Amino acid sequence: MSLVISQLINGLQSGSIYALVALGYSMVYGIIMLLNFAHGDIIMVGAYAAWFVMVRLSLNPVLAIILAILACTVLGVVIEKVAYTPLRSSPRLSLLITAIGISFLLENLAQRVFGAGAQKVPALISGPAIEIGGQRFSFIAMVTIVVSVVSMALLTFLVRKTKMGKAMRAVSEDMGTAQLMGINVNLTISFTFAVGSALAGIGSILYSCAYPQASPTMGAMLGLKAFVAAVLGGIGSIPGAMLGGFCIGLAEAIVSAVGLSVWKDGVVFAILIVVLVVKPTGILGRAIREKV
Amino acid sequence: MLKTMLKVNDINVYYGSIHAIKGVSFSVERGEIVTLIGANGAGKSTILNTVSGLLRSKTGSVSFLDKPIGSLVPHKIVAGGLAQVPEGRRVFLNMTAEENLEMGAFTRKGAEAAESLADVYMRFPRLKERRKQIAGTLSGGEQQMLAMGRALMSKPELLMLDEPSMGLAPILVEQIFEIIKELNAAGVTILLVEQNAQMALSIADRGYVLETGRIATSASASELLNNDAVKKAYLGG
Repeated sequence: MSLVISQLINGLQSGSIYALVALGYSMVYGIIMLLNFAHGDIIMVGAYAAWFVMVRLSLNPVLAIILAILACTVLGVVIEKVAYTPLRSSPRLSLLITAIGISFLLENLAQRVFGAGAQKVPALISGPAIEIGGQRFSFIAMVTIVVSVVSMALLTFLVRKTKMGKAMRAVSEDMGTAQLMGINVNLTISFTFAVGSALAGIGSILYSCAYPQASPTMGAMLGLKAFVAAVLGGIGSIPGAMLGGFCIGLAEAIVSAVGLSVWKDGVVFAILIVVLVVKPTGILGRAIREKV
Repeated sequence: MLKTMLKVNDINVYYGSIHAIKGVSFSVERGEIVTLIGANGAGKSTILNTVSGLLRSKTGSVSFLDKPIGSLVPHKIVAGGLAQVPEGRRVFLNMTAEENLEMGAFTRKGAEAAESLADVYMRFPRLKERRKQIAGTLSGGEQQMLAMGRALMSKPELLMLDEPSMGLAPILVEQIFEIIKELNAAGVTILLVEQNAQMALSIADRGYVLETGRIATSASASELLNNDAVKKAYLGG
């Protein structure tokens, strides 16, 4: 029984990180129909930023966390402005290829600057194990789950209740009409990238707590799994991304628990294939008609 | 107070290599209802979208209240007092009626927006009843009212309506045109684009007849209603 619970917590821990990253994929897809494959690499940049602040600048963990999230946010907006905005009216394939290009650029730049090997990220968060009902839970797992859930609740509030959040929904539904309403579409899109990247930054910190090293390609697999989570939940849907993230995390935990941990990654991509064949719109996604 | 509200001078708009609007000029004076009539594909919506800043003209100029707006981005134009109710209503289907209205007041401050909301609910009591309802579940007539209410939320001096009668039952069309007249009486200048020429000319002061991207005729609405060529082409004989 206690093994089941501890596997469940493991699943929720990695699932909440996938969910945070999946949200960025889904929000960006919702607003400009772009699969931003550079999104995973933002996590890598966040991990290096935390490492740099703590090891090279010898500053404290709190500052490292704040600066890492800030670095991710700024990077997300800069990528949008430099790489995607000029292609706003280009075919979607050009955007997609550009996103893949940015991903390679970031990975290779990291390798050039920090070397191909991994850097050890010092502990950003630490605390004693938490005991609930005789069961001990790792402090980091608990922090990860709580921080993710709180972030998602804040995001839901932002999107449903604030003026900017409503503008995001309006732009993602009908960009032309949103402009006629007086909504500054460019600002709204940048804001969406900022929020998505900040969530990836939070994910990056939580990931670095669980796997404390930064390497140039660490974001690639994590990003791909988060992408699967976004598709599973229904790409473009915010609750879908959250649900998809937790499902992928739990699926991995279950596969590991039954002793098939070598199949962990395989199962995630098997889920992608099944979703695309059986229900391409995902669990909560809606089929949208192509705009003419 | 300035008399000329909107002045469009010699605009040429292209979609790729297609020359959609060919040297169109027209004006709208304060307090008027002006209509642009013409067949499907004549370029009526293209003209409105150019005035709104969604499309750009290669030549000429567009000025609103004597200020050039031809190179402004759409949200600046809306903030200046020029709103459009787009063709096909284009309400945000996944948002509630009230959220749609809030989007219409995007350029305005909280207190002003609240005031506009009260005004719109006064004019369209039906929208108040449906305020929490998702716009996609409203009827066609309600969606048209929502689209108009949403445009009014920015408190425009000039309201441009693109085919407000489209797809509505005759009784609703009359209701919508009644509302347009009321808005005009309340001081909103109207530029109305319509395929339903009879209806449009019956409430308008002046009209322009558009044919394949050019203005073919312009005259007072009563003259156009009695013009033989117009009668034959747009008024069913």
